Amino acid sequence: MKTDVIIVGGGLMGLSTALHLARRGTKVIVLEKQSSGRHASGVNAGGLRQLNRHMAEIPLTVAAAEMWKNIRDLVDDDCDVELNGQVRIAETDEELQMLQARVDTLQAQGYQHERIIDSAQLYQLVPSLVSGCVGALYNPDDGSARPFHATTTFRHKALALGAEIHNGVEVLGIEESNDGWQVDTNQGVFSALKIVNCAGAWANRFAEMLDESVPLTPKAPMLMVTERLPPFLDVVVGAVGHKLSFKQMQNGTVIIGGAHLAQLDFEREQSTINFRDLKTSAQTVAQLFPSMAAVRIVRTWAGIEGFMPDNIPVIGSSAKADGVFHAFGFSAHGFQLSPVIGRIMSELVLDGKTDLPIEPFDIRRF
Amino acid sequence: MKHQQHHELVIIGGGPAGLAAATTAANTGVECLLVDEQATLGGQIYRAVATVPEQRAKLLGPDYQCGRDLLDQFSASGAGYLPSVTLWDLNSQREIGILREGQASLMSADRIIIASGAMERPVPFPGWTLPGVMPAGAGQILLKSSGLVPGDGVVLAGAGPLLLLLAWQYLQAGVTIHAILDVAPAANFWKALPHLPGALLTHHYILKGLRYQIALKRAGVKFYNGVTNLQAIGGESLEAVEFTHRNKKQRIDTPLLLSHFGVIPESHLSRCAGCDHHWDEAQLCWRPVTDDWGNSSVEGIAIVGDGAGIGGAVAAQHAGRVAGFESVRALGRMDTKQRDDAARDDKNWMRDDLRVRPFLEALFRPPAALLNAPKDDTLVCRCEEIDASTIRNAIRAGHEDVNQIKFQTRCGMGPCQGRQCDNAMSQLVAHQLGVDTMVAGGYRIRPPIRPLTIEQLAGLEEGASK
Amino acid sequence: MSSTFRRLEEPNSPWVEIHIDGQPTQAREGESVAAALLAAGLRSCRTTPISGAPRAPYCMMGVCFECLVEIDGVPNRQSCQIPVHAGMQIRRQKGTAEGYR
Repeated sequence: MKTDVIIVGGGLMGLSTALHLARRGTKVIVLEKQSSGRHASGVNAGGLRQLNRHMAEIPLTVAAAEMWKNIRDLVDDDCDVELNGQVRIAETDEELQMLQARVDTLQAQGYQHERIIDSAQLYQLVPSLVSGCVGALYNPDDGSARPFHATTTFRHKALALGAEIHNGVEVLGIEESNDGWQVDTNQGVFSALKIVNCAGAWANRFAEMLDESVPLTPKAPMLMVTERLPPFLDVVVGAVGHKLSFKQMQNGTVIIGGAHLAQLDFEREQSTINFRDLKTSAQTVAQLFPSMAAVRIVRTWAGIEGFMPDNIPVIGSSAKADGVFHAFGFSAHGFQLSPVIGRIMSELVLDGKTDLPIEPFDIRRF
Repeated sequence: MKHQQHHELVIIGGGPAGLAAATTAANTGVECLLVDEQATLGGQIYRAVATVPEQRAKLLGPDYQCGRDLLDQFSASGAGYLPSVTLWDLNSQREIGILREGQASLMSADRIIIASGAMERPVPFPGWTLPGVMPAGAGQILLKSSGLVPGDGVVLAGAGPLLLLLAWQYLQAGVTIHAILDVAPAANFWKALPHLPGALLTHHYILKGLRYQIALKRAGVKFYNGVTNLQAIGGESLEAVEFTHRNKKQRIDTPLLLSHFGVIPESHLSRCAGCDHHWDEAQLCWRPVTDDWGNSSVEGIAIVGDGAGIGGAVAAQHAGRVAGFESVRALGRMDTKQRDDAARDDKNWMRDDLRVRPFLEALFRPPAALLNAPKDDTLVCRCEEIDASTIRNAIRAGHEDVNQIKFQTRCGMGPCQGRQCDNAMSQLVAHQLGVDTMVAGGYRIRPPIRPLTIEQLAGLEEGASK
Repeated sequence: MSSTFRRLEEPNSPWVEIHIDGQPTQAREGESVAAALLAAGLRSCRTTPISGAPRAPYCMMGVCFECLVEIDGVPNRQSCQIPVHAGMQIRRQKGTAEGYR
């Protein structure tokens, strides 16, 4: 099958790229080895977080936040986006000072999206928080969406715009041809002028085929979810002194994350939940939200995600292969960036450049 | 109260298979621990057999009393025993998460035998969530554990030997049985007939069933055969049962409907542990893949009894002993020949006892449409109140397996974590998409398979890490 | 109110006093809370968080999670898995149950 652009990976990054390209009249084929949302895109915590990002990601996260605010314009659906704010709690004065220093740095660079709130404001936002916290880093426009539903919505939009999505397709090899690239798969050969690598935790498998291996490590971060509770929390909660992400969803359940890792068998795509580490998460929750002590955890899970050693993704053109582009390695914080990543990739593919600063993400840094 | 963290052999489940396995292993000197959810041993079939009042025991019949012998042998074997244990995790490294007296802890074992048994096949039909509708197995449990019987009449509906057994027990207790509604299609008899010769070798099962039927009919209990369109009718609770019989719509007023559509393995634990499962088209359920020693696809984990595939209490006992001997061999206390010799009789008896199964499975097979094509407004997921039309819409929107549909609709994400909708979902999705049930799949099961509070997890006793 | 379930006559069977929604009633020692609720004539034990529909104990063996009630102040407890004890306070619950201290 021949097309303009092949996208390897049908997760959110691939779908976002597909729909942005298709909007501009490009013929796109997405090759997905299972089904959209099977891995990281479908099972992450759904955080729409600008707060506390790596400096290099800030222009991207701010642009993405605008897109999430108006996501209906992009995908004809509001994706259950809830933007009630996010806090990063400081329990001690030292922690608060660290946060203040960060805000000073950002403001010096013209960024206003993060600010410090004092304990009075904090307890107004998070009334069930244990007493004694001194303040927090706050972004009123952060929040969450539902990842599998967002993925599904992006997929529908991409299809509606004319993209083709093939499930159950595994890429076996890639070869340069007269007019672009030939991708060999378990369901035949696909050819295109350009290729975009959005293969998530498997992106390095693909990069290796281009002789462009990078130190991507697949890992399996764990999450827990509780039974439904009466509404008690609007904002998303993190804390300086703990690995924690804590949010109550519309349906009343609370999702608890914290980047603890399950034991991963990458070949078999199976993970074993590590309850010793989840114990730490539970202790954090019990400490910060004493009223949660008797709340039941009904399920845990782990998703397979690609991590880079410097915790920021690879975005940009291939260093080895003309006409090949990369967007992977989002290190457990890609969900919020997904709308803007698609825009960036479509601009790179069609215009050869993008207005957003992506130099820090260049694959050549490895 | 601290207990030992690592064991040579842990047996999960105190029913016939578990008791037999533990007894066998302990009698050869293996250090083993049987953990069970209930406060007393016996599983479901021999529930409360140790403590049941004599009068109630008489009602329950002679087969039930067999459980006593199993218990006595277990008690004499020296096997360790922990009752009232809630098991919330089992992984492929043979680590077990348990909750006991409010304390969560991890233990591990060199070998594990899962003998956690079966559950009623959950079949969605209109009104099945109404108060007053329960599975027949629940009626049995209320009778065994609490001496409770229907007080104001009952309708029994479905297909399967348990329906007749319960009806007979109720008859002895003077319960008013308004009717027995058999949903097995008439054609089942002809499909079952080829298996009859094999079944006659275990004719005691067949004869027992016939005995119950004769007694019930003699007592004037109304039987309706080939029933379709079963519906439970009521506002806040059950008021009546409606159904179609010989093309006529019928209605029976009743405050209680006990339904039964066979039993299936309760496979959450074995799936949580990562054992391979396959869809059994004869038993219409997910079964773990096991060899004839009960070994699963995960090293060191065996699965026996009804939890491995429905075979009944007698076969479960034999299977437990077989797996017990295999564990002893795997732990180095027996060689292969000794194991084969020791297990030979049980293997033969098990094979003999299972001869009746193809006949029973064919005879009592519920009609396909009842299992794979619920009406649009029938609730499939009880917990999240998801009806069949929502599931069909998700399929139409491009979600092509059970897990994708779960993510999209929340079907299977409620407190029961899919136990009550997995069987129907796999069949509905396969049927709707025209694909093999293996392709439609079953829910991916994740721990904790029973809820843990934040406090309990925060206080987890870890033991030595592996 | 007539009960959907009645107790078999069993002499010498010890009783305990429990409270259901503040009302005292007798239960058989060792039986599950769910059985005690049914024996006491309750048709439902909770309403669902989604539609408010009434639900009652269903499977009696811990695999359906329908029998959720508040026991001694703690909500969402599977009453079929918990034996009664003297003085137990049982409350039927609405939806997600508000009783998290």
